Amino acid sequence: MKIVSLCGMLGYGYEKKSLDVVKKMTDVDYIGTDAGSTDPGPCYLGAGKSFTNRNAVKRDLELVLPYAVQKKIPLIIGTAGGSGAGVHVQWTRTIIEEIAQANHLSFTMAIIETEVTKEYVKEKLRNGKVHEMGPGLKLTEENIDKCTHIVSQIGVGPFIEALKHKPDVILCGRSCDTAIYAAPAIMNGMEEGPAIHMAKIMECGALCAEPMAAADMMVATVNDKDSFTLEPPNPSRICTINRVAAHTMYEQGNPYFIYEPDGHADLREAHYEAVSDRAVKVSNCKFVKVKQPTLKIEGAMLAGYRTISIAGINDPVTISKIDDLFEIVKKFVAGQMEGKANPQEYTIMLKKFGTPLPGSVVPELPDCNMGIVIDVVAKTQELANTVCALCRSRLLHTDYPGRKSSAGNLAFPYSPSDIECGAVYVFGIYHLVDVDDLLETSKIDYVKVGA
Amino acid sequence: MMEKLNDIAVILRSKNAGPLSVTMDLIFKDKKDFLRVKNSNTLTQQAVGKAYGISSKMVDIVYYDIVNSIKITIPRRTISGNIDDDDVYGCQQQLPLANILIP
Repeated sequence: MKIVSLCGMLGYGYEKKSLDVVKKMTDVDYIGTDAGSTDPGPCYLGAGKSFTNRNAVKRDLELVLPYAVQKKIPLIIGTAGGSGAGVHVQWTRTIIEEIAQANHLSFTMAIIETEVTKEYVKEKLRNGKVHEMGPGLKLTEENIDKCTHIVSQIGVGPFIEALKHKPDVILCGRSCDTAIYAAPAIMNGMEEGPAIHMAKIMECGALCAEPMAAADMMVATVNDKDSFTLEPPNPSRICTINRVAAHTMYEQGNPYFIYEPDGHADLREAHYEAVSDRAVKVSNCKFVKVKQPTLKIEGAMLAGYRTISIAGINDPVTISKIDDLFEIVKKFVAGQMEGKANPQEYTIMLKKFGTPLPGSVVPELPDCNMGIVIDVVAKTQELANTVCALCRSRLLHTDYPGRKSSAGNLAFPYSPSDIECGAVYVFGIYHLVDVDDLLETSKIDYVKVGA
Repeated sequence: MMEKLNDIAVILRSKNAGPLSVTMDLIFKDKKDFLRVKNSNTLTQQAVGKAYGISSKMVDIVYYDIVNSIKITIPRRTISGNIDDDDVYGCQQQLPLANILIP
């Protein structure tokens, strides 16, 4: 069995010549792609937008979709629309429908929704079924209420359930990256350990190859129930033991364990073997089932609205005094806002770029320029705009003894100088919940796409 | 001779491992460089904790011998995307580690 990973992230691109190589293969069984991540931050989940670009996502899909549908190779998409809430799934569904229409395609699509209700999470919290994943984020009913979208990150179970219905496309909400590739392998008899290990390495596309690239394809061949072989379709890349083994540790806390909703893969005894100068065979990964399965849930809540102003400073004295000057600015703004806004309603931050690295020898007067961002987050956009404008104008003209560049302290690269960034979201939920059934948060629909 | 980790490792990278943690990979060119660091007893939880200003109990160090690598995971200074965050992907958090001196 052969499984193809389209790229590390739908919308980040892949090389057409790699797809041409794949099209010449006669034994491709599944094509998968991950389409989301929490790495770009909580804003996209909170706002219901994708961090990937619509045109780029459409390009990546329209090259492969007609081929996959015509050849009856199921195309599996995980964490649709970047964050995998209902609105993100819908966003991707519309793109798929447009491609189907333009190419006169007709096929069945399984849609797995994995968004959960606030009541679902509150119920888990009340019953002591919520677990923290790290310090700094306590789950409260208040925060649950503040979340705009809450998603559950599902594992292989719902994918396997959907695959049983033999859809042409699976479009899934928030899911483990591994589940996209492990599900078809497990369904066809592969052991869960090697299936998860294989999926973990290939989910970033050709990031496990040399030269590495998330923006290219990877092909995995399931040799038997215990082993798989990775080989990039792009002839200008190779897989080596070193790259493949090194990629196993990418983006996760421990290189020997991969945690999944129903247990963990144990890679301590994994065996890597170069079967050619560009293919690596991997075997001997175990899976340890857990007694109490869990699903990770993620929720983002509104934290305010942001306005920023970007500027450069070239005067060495101003640079050396910037922190003190900014304190003057903050006091001035507090005075100006008296009676207009509560100090709790806005936060002023100064972000500095070009500051000396720790341990480096700094001359008293730096011989370089500094970039700054005046960063204001407030309860309303209007308040953020007002506070940022006051900070910007005051910092521009703050005087100090010995000041030489007295016509203005800041070089603004843009007019307008102040940029509205809109709503700011923060993670309110990033927790594990105990589940009775690994499919309890999934709703699977089978729809007809195209004429 | 004391050398910075940054000068010994061929890869020294950081990245979010979820929005609450940042994980750092040190990959060495060969077993010799890897063992120099591993056996130096310098790259301890205490040393990493001190470099990042956090408790040593929060530092997780795993030696990944098969690819001459070391993985270090610590909690993020603030949750990814919080209003006081300055590195959402966590991929530029390697500097304090890079500056640790190894005999």
